Amino acid sequence: MSLRQEGRRQAIPRQRGSRQGGTARKWAGVQNRTLWFWIFVGPFLLGLGVFTYIPLGWSVYLSFFDAHNTVTPSDFVGLGNYTAMLKNEAFTDSLWTFLVFSLFIVPATYALSLALALMVNRLRHAQAFFRSVFFLPAACSYVVAALIWKMSLFNGVRFGLANTVLGWFGGDQIAWLSTTDPPWYWAVIVTVRLWLQAGFYMVLFLAGLQRISPTLYEAAAVDGARPGWQVFRHITFPQLRATSVAVVLLLVINAFQAFDEFYNLLSDARGYPPYARPPLVYLYYTALGQGQNLGLGSAGAVLLALIIAVVTVGQAKWFGLGRKEAQ
Amino acid sequence: MTISRRGLLGTGAALGLLTACGSHTGRDDGGPGGGPELSQWYHQYGEQGTEQAVKKYAAAYDKARVTVQWRPGNYDEQTAAALLTDSGPDVFEVNGPTLDQIQGKQIADLTGLFEGVKDDFNPAVLAPKTYDGRIWAIPQVIDMQMLYYRKSLLADAGVEPPRTLDELVDAAKKLTSKKTKGLFLGNDGGAGVLGGTPLYAAGLELVTEDGKVGFDDPAAARALGKIHQLYADRSLLLGAPSDWSDPSAFVQGLTAMQWSGLWALPTVQKALGDDFGVLPFPKDGAGEPSVPVGAYGAAISTRGKHQQAAKDYLKWLWIDRTEYQEDFALSYGFHIPARISLAKKAGKLRKGAAADAVRFTTDHGHAQPLRWTPASQTAYQDALSRIIKDGASPDSELKKVVRKVSADLDRVKKK
Repeated sequence: MSLRQEGRRQAIPRQRGSRQGGTARKWAGVQNRTLWFWIFVGPFLLGLGVFTYIPLGWSVYLSFFDAHNTVTPSDFVGLGNYTAMLKNEAFTDSLWTFLVFSLFIVPATYALSLALALMVNRLRHAQAFFRSVFFLPAACSYVVAALIWKMSLFNGVRFGLANTVLGWFGGDQIAWLSTTDPPWYWAVIVTVRLWLQAGFYMVLFLAGLQRISPTLYEAAAVDGARPGWQVFRHITFPQLRATSVAVVLLLVINAFQAFDEFYNLLSDARGYPPYARPPLVYLYYTALGQGQNLGLGSAGAVLLALIIAVVTVGQAKWFGLGRKEAQ
Repeated sequence: MTISRRGLLGTGAALGLLTACGSHTGRDDGGPGGGPELSQWYHQYGEQGTEQAVKKYAAAYDKARVTVQWRPGNYDEQTAAALLTDSGPDVFEVNGPTLDQIQGKQIADLTGLFEGVKDDFNPAVLAPKTYDGRIWAIPQVIDMQMLYYRKSLLADAGVEPPRTLDELVDAAKKLTSKKTKGLFLGNDGGAGVLGGTPLYAAGLELVTEDGKVGFDDPAAARALGKIHQLYADRSLLLGAPSDWSDPSAFVQGLTAMQWSGLWALPTVQKALGDDFGVLPFPKDGAGEPSVPVGAYGAAISTRGKHQQAAKDYLKWLWIDRTEYQEDFALSYGFHIPARISLAKKAGKLRKGAAADAVRFTTDHGHAQPLRWTPASQTAYQDALSRIIKDGASPDSELKKVVRKVSADLDRVKKK
């Protein structure tokens, strides 16, 4: 307890009454902030320690041991698990898959949601209707959407919607989710995610657009800026910087967390094809699945955490997050 | 009526105490009849009535109180993780067990339960449950996979049922039309389901008896190259609404031939009558036809408190009560009883395609060897996917797999 707090506590005049009342005040008095702090925060800190930090530390410890089917290992292997994981094609392929996915889905969603926001923002009539129409897919479950895409729109047989349309134009059937050359499965994964999330980010951009002062546009018009691209480039886009930073950060995090559509579109009872296996799923199978190689899985988890940390810090630097505050 | 804070707290405390008194963890001693309480896990079967059946068997046991848990989801992962803790099952179904589970002393030795009946268990499925001369799980029922073909479609195309891998490639091509594909090996082109079957058909193995890689041979690359040929010829059905384990694509006429399981036989029979036949996976080169067989086993966790009681229960259920085994195999789904004597006398398995399936299992059955670890499986399956879909060189892909599998075989040998 700090001296200041102690001083405050002593400054409160003793209440008349029994000794019990004094004890109660001592333990539960409104001024005893340290006690209340620990009563409210303690259980959460304890939970955080027991369920997060201790397992995290133990996982790092395990990563230096050969730990098959045990969490109390004895055979020290040094960096052996790390080198094995980095040489493991299944793990590196999964990282590559998610890098490609992020590199595509982040700019695509950004551009589509911004375009939708600009269009809806310009509407003079029925703006609320179109805003709702574009936003509604965000309320749909990823699982349901992925299954509709897989079973109905993009199944590989002649009665799938996409193949029916192709058939009208004399095209051959395409096995959308089973073809790697060309990799049509990307079209399915990307379209379902775009459909689901573009509306949500459109709403964020709409909020950003509505915060731009009309006087800026008036001033631009006075200065002779042509409406359209020139105004967008020099007024709208720079004014959306804060929104853009938030949107891109959310998109990157969501891209690396992608799981539902990969699971529902591409997995089967025997697992995932090598080109579409999320890294976390691979680590799950390695450590907690039948593999039960907890040392190797832990090394993979540490590597993945390091990669995510480096990407996040790099991204924050690139966007200049915190720069203004520091100045 | 107003409730004071003190009254509310008092009521809450009383309710909490009552709840605690009535709590039942399923792990206490003292079930009815004086026996211990055992917890038993099953994976979720898709067949109607199976859950009720296993609960009925458990309820009929009077020397312990057995609580059955029917567990949906990733069962293999659930049990593997549960074996690390004291809160897992006493008795459980296992898709294996794996060699690591045996070497990690997570599974109890059940050799003693097989006294006098060991020879009555199908050796193909008992072998992967045997390590170091000891038996670690009791095979429950046998599942196998085979090739279904539509007789009328083959006759219309002038194609004979394929007996070699080359004939399969030719037949699938001839049977492919605008509306119907020649063959369905699953939506991934067979990478997931085929496993070691083409290798066995080429006269090779996944792991040799002395614990070496069994497919470091040019014949392996040749056989897998032919599976890619099926994909390259566009003879394979891909992207069907249901996968290989479901016969829907076959009975709907989307494919003329389909690789599926014995469990699909009743559905196919109901839909097509006699207009279908079954075959093992055709041989390649100097090999023999092959079918994969497997069996969920009943095992005991070494972390359970009542291991002897669990052993007594398993002996009663899967060795002594043969009528339950036959009921479990054939009354709900369609499987082969693990006991040879039961399989022979089961009326449903004596004629037609079912009898063929039993014969394939006996003559051409290969189970996944115990030394074939999950890491080896992932490496091989990924390579198979690259060979089939990407047209990757079978030679170079298999060389990488051989290195990986050799390293894992060395690891398990050292233990």
